[in-house]
Amino acid sequence: MLAAAGLIARKDLAIEFRTRSAFLAALVFSLLAIVIFYFAWDATAVPASDLAPGVLWVIFTFSGVLGLHRSFGVEEADRAIDALIASPIDREAVFLGKALANLVFVLGVQAVAIPAVALFYNLPMGRVLGPLTLIAVLAAVGLVAVGTLFSAMAVNTRLAELLLPMLALPFFVPIVLPAAQSTARLLAGRPVAEAMSWLRILIAFDIVFVVACALAFPFTLED
Amino acid sequence: MTAPPPPAAHRDRFDWLLTVAVLAVAGTMVRAIAFTPIEANQGAAQKIFYIHAPSAFVGLYIAFGLVAVAGALYLWLRDERLDRIAASSAEVGVVFTTVVLITGPIWGKPIWGTWWTWDARLTLTLFLWFVYLGYLILRGAIDDASVRARYSAVLGVLGALLVPFIHLSVYLFRTLHPMPIVLKPSSPSLPPEMLTTFFLALASFTLLFVALLRARYRLATVLDALVDEEAAEPSSMGTLRAEPLR
Repeated sequence: MLAAAGLIARKDLAIEFRTRSAFLAALVFSLLAIVIFYFAWDATAVPASDLAPGVLWVIFTFSGVLGLHRSFGVEEADRAIDALIASPIDREAVFLGKALANLVFVLGVQAVAIPAVALFYNLPMGRVLGPLTLIAVLAAVGLVAVGTLFSAMAVNTRLAELLLPMLALPFFVPIVLPAAQSTARLLAGRPVAEAMSWLRILIAFDIVFVVACALAFPFTLED
Repeated sequence: MTAPPPPAAHRDRFDWLLTVAVLAVAGTMVRAIAFTPIEANQGAAQKIFYIHAPSAFVGLYIAFGLVAVAGALYLWLRDERLDRIAASSAEVGVVFTTVVLITGPIWGKPIWGTWWTWDARLTLTLFLWFVYLGYLILRGAIDDASVRARYSAVLGVLGALLVPFIHLSVYLFRTLHPMPIVLKPSSPSLPPEMLTTFFLALASFTLLFVALLRARYRLATVLDALVDEEAAEPSSMGTLRAEPLR
């Protein structure tokens, strides 16, 4: 099953790598949003370090949604999804493969956006890089699990790309809130232990929703 | 297809259950306003508790619980009646939750001094309201009945899974909401007259929920049958076009 999932992830990443359209769009969107957020607040009244965690996680959420659209949208052309369904691969493996490709996508955006925030907001992120990476990965896993499932559902509706954020954003609350809060603790120079209760929520969310979404996914693919 | 044609009487028959439920709610409100003592600290503003709390109980626990349970059962048994129950329950639940979100701020302004605060319970209620609004919008965006049923069942079950997580994460913010005064380990701290009114309100609101659910379920049955009929004989229906029920 893992081999099949790897195969599907490779296929999606190959498509993405050759066109680069969604990744570039998400990247440019993230950088634009970082810059616009900075001007939307009065930098003399609110220190950039207080602004940064919220900005980071709002941007990841929206750029994630941007990329997740394509996950199943790309299968709509020539009804490629029918070939996927007909292939002798477990539906759960299809889900894991799609989710894996989306995870690489989201982590790729984060790898550029986090340094960009550090640069533009003048934050000393070097010393918290380790814990911050952990938070980013934990948050990305939950984001991608829920987003992949809802993406599979949204492409089959009349509203398509309008529906995905409407369905997914309430589910991102227990990701964005803990991620932003623990990032804020770290940037304020607090010890990692203080962010632990937030991290536990993230870990529990990841476990529950990766399993639940993988189990629910086959129901979205029946014909 | 399998459903028998809807008895025509359904459409015109007097809904006695809904009438009884509305009368019961009206009676409870008369009792709450005129024959229940005024609370010493909060004054008349406390009366809204007899609408707010039962609506929250019905909307958040019964209605959305039913959406999740009926959804899970649908994925297992594939009975379209379960899908109709889930859809009806979600719609009625959104109405009750809207009442909660409207009455809460009306009470909060004089008592807390603010319309809205990011307290754990308020935030959880608001996000659940969003999830089930999304549920209704999702249903509206799918034409195929079985796809609609499966997708909304998945969302209904995941919505229930989401509750503890939202609750946990918003709970780490401090909470302003009054602590439970009826359902708590020690005995309820409401005076007996208020407690009676509260339980009457709980019962009458639950009855109203059941009546509305039944009415909405019947409507769904009739509309589904109409869509099936039309699909079977497109020509015989002439100009009468039934929108598929979402």
